[in-house]
Amino acid sequence: MPHEHYLNSSYGIRSWLLTTDHKRIALLWLGSVTFFFFIGGILATMIRIHLLTPTGALVSPETYNKLFTMHGVAMIFFFLIPSIPAVLGNFLIPLMIGAKDLAFPRINLLSWYIYMVGGIFVLYSFGTGGLDTGWTFYTPLSSVYSNSAVTPAVIGIFINGFSSILTGLNFIVTIHTMRAPGMTWFRLPLFVWAHYATSLVMILGTPVVAITLLLAGLERMFHLGFFNPALGGDPILFQHLFWFYSHPAVYIMILPAMGVISEIIPTFARKPIFGYAFIAGSSIAIAVIGFVVWAHHMFVTGESTYAALTFSFLSYLVAIPSAVKVFNWTSTLYKGSISWDAPMLYALGFIGLFTIGGLTGLFLACLGLDIHIHDTYFVVAHFHYIMVGGAVMGYVGGIHFWWPKITGRLYPEALSRAAAVTLFVGFNLTFFPQFILGYLGMPRRYHTYPPEFQVLNVLSTAGASILALGYLLPMAYLTWSMRYGKVAGPNPWPATGLEWQTDSPPPTENFHVTPEVTWEPYDFEHRPDLGLAAGSPLPAPAHGDD
Amino acid sequence: MQSQLPIYPEQASNFAPQVDALMVFITAICVFFALAITAAIVIFFFKFHRKKPDDVGVAFEGDSRLEAAWMVIPLILAMAMFGWGAVVYVDYRHAPQDTLDVYVIGKQWMWKAQQPNGLKEINELHVPVNRNIRLILASEDVIHDFFVPAFRVKMDVVPGHYNTMWFRPTKPGRYHFFCSQYCGTNHAIMGGWVTVMEPSDYAAWLSGSSGVSANPVLAGEKFFAEKTCITCHVADGTGRAPSLNGLYGAPVLLADGSTVTADESYIRESILVPNAKIVAGYQPLMPTFQGQLTEEQILALTAYIKSLQSRPVPAKGSGIAPPTGKK
Repeated sequence: MPHEHYLNSSYGIRSWLLTTDHKRIALLWLGSVTFFFFIGGILATMIRIHLLTPTGALVSPETYNKLFTMHGVAMIFFFLIPSIPAVLGNFLIPLMIGAKDLAFPRINLLSWYIYMVGGIFVLYSFGTGGLDTGWTFYTPLSSVYSNSAVTPAVIGIFINGFSSILTGLNFIVTIHTMRAPGMTWFRLPLFVWAHYATSLVMILGTPVVAITLLLAGLERMFHLGFFNPALGGDPILFQHLFWFYSHPAVYIMILPAMGVISEIIPTFARKPIFGYAFIAGSSIAIAVIGFVVWAHHMFVTGESTYAALTFSFLSYLVAIPSAVKVFNWTSTLYKGSISWDAPMLYALGFIGLFTIGGLTGLFLACLGLDIHIHDTYFVVAHFHYIMVGGAVMGYVGGIHFWWPKITGRLYPEALSRAAAVTLFVGFNLTFFPQFILGYLGMPRRYHTYPPEFQVLNVLSTAGASILALGYLLPMAYLTWSMRYGKVAGPNPWPATGLEWQTDSPPPTENFHVTPEVTWEPYDFEHRPDLGLAAGSPLPAPAHGDD
Repeated sequence: MQSQLPIYPEQASNFAPQVDALMVFITAICVFFALAITAAIVIFFFKFHRKKPDDVGVAFEGDSRLEAAWMVIPLILAMAMFGWGAVVYVDYRHAPQDTLDVYVIGKQWMWKAQQPNGLKEINELHVPVNRNIRLILASEDVIHDFFVPAFRVKMDVVPGHYNTMWFRPTKPGRYHFFCSQYCGTNHAIMGGWVTVMEPSDYAAWLSGSSGVSANPVLAGEKFFAEKTCITCHVADGTGRAPSLNGLYGAPVLLADGSTVTADESYIRESILVPNAKIVAGYQPLMPTFQGQLTEEQILALTAYIKSLQSRPVPAKGSGIAPPTGKK
């Protein structure tokens, strides 16, 4: 371990709560998003236990409705959306581009405080009456009829939105202005490209959902008629505004995970990623097309047939860049030198689960099929494959991959491989039966169901218990490894990125000397410094071509 | 009977085989791709497993022909899914002419259905087999959704306007229907049964269940007088408002020069928000009835106004657009 690094450069609670070091702020985020993941996870466990019997095994209908609502709000707004960008993105983007910090270090800290304030409002809502509107807050249920603590929740999410906006802004400015010499746009790690695309969505989409929820809150508090038809409002307008953000929000969750996978795969296949420009471009394409597919959530609201046709068509288009990524990742494996380290297992698990999640999106984008499977468990299964099978698998894989950089120590290898397999198996057992449940016609958000659906529900709950183990294992051994793990050294894999050129853990200023980039991304052949079999340096680069 | 663990619900409407065929088509394509990708990953995973710790892989930069192929081929398949899905959907969203219309009202947390003769049911819906059924859906409070898995159809029930859905039951029997748009505490028990009957049984059932309700047309006629609609909407076209004779289904010429077809939604809107669409040649004088009528009263008024379809249309004083060549 290096003598001095960002973790031991100063001590005391103030040195953390007032830090402007992006790496320390990332750890603050790690703590708080893990807290919300725990809350969301406990709620999910209660949901699955409740659904063991057709009449509901655990709680009353009111409580069940609060369980799934609070599960959704905690997981989406306070775990999934910030998880990879605010933890890994925060920690890694400056390191990856060879910068000392983000462009606006104090705004970076402000993002975390805003998140915490929003989080407190939402926890207040959970603690004082709970929330029973569904995480989608459809009006007029949320704005008029619900008796639960809607107002503090929408205020909390409104506040939290600014955190997202500021993080996105910070990333974009940083990526534009703070790249090290030689770090051209097409030498950027794909993780950075993915975060650039994510940041665009955060900046452009978040204001819309913030205002929309504020309008619903105003309708609730002051009876202003925005969405309530009795006051001249339009309940469907809410859905348009809500999904204008909340569909792209899916890409806020999945794009950074795709970025993580695009780092892990070339590292553990030890070869350049196949189709770099196509993977980078597909991130931008997903972010752009992702903004014009929102009304595919509304095919059975009675929206015009022409609108439905348009949005179905555009939804099929957005599938193409996702498919491009999957094909390129798979091709990268060909003739690689593939190690079976835990991050690679997570990454390959991601590809499998994301592929199923993405392909089942084709079913839902299909107008004729959607009239049957919309709002059933098919949808629940689909988006969990994307958000949990995809985003969370990517997040956990990324945490493993960069754990040696963050803490300076290695996690236990055998246990972590076992955890990756457990997660994969548990996940599929939990959510695959839900596709069948959905096609059979079980609607979502049901606290009780006809007895013919029981077998599949029991299977799903059994899977959830394995899945829970798959999450608890890494939490336990990663915590253990912070003290007892093997010392990692600067570049244990080895990997090609700039973040691996500095100490583990890095010094507060990230690099002792400003790095200069002379190599192409994911190039193992011309990097003798990595100590691998091949490795002759490139001929000296011709300078002067910018 | 199906097996203990079925993978699709019973097929009991015209849409069920169509939706299932779509399902099989998309599943086949997706299973092919999922298996191909999984097989490639598994084979590469073992075949190219690292032999020596310092081995590196063989570098390829990429291949633009390959990239083009795996963009174009999935795009073609996706367009096939889009096209076929669109055909089924457009059919579903356009009810045929010869439908049997049943009104369905959703409210927290029950369903009320009203047959054409006024017979009312709660959490039950009786329909004849092999007849095109159109449901006209209204909500008293929040958004609900009427979903019949065995028919493979659903439609949101949105407060403030009517949605419609249609299907043709093809098999007598009893089938679950559910509310599939989350609507609050008892969302999960807001369901019931659709009973599909032979036409003769249906007719017997309709006439047999006597005295349950009043005829909606008669009830609507009563409201039409009580709410003083009749003062202005004079049948012979001499009133301050257009005659409603022959209105239903006809094109109406509006003050802004456009025309609109007088369907249930138009009638409903004209009752609740009269100034939204002003008939050409008339003043915006009518007061709003928003908040003063229940959904059932609106349905009764609508049923009455629809019943005026066959009455003689006055030469002057009707809102109906004159039959010109113009669209």
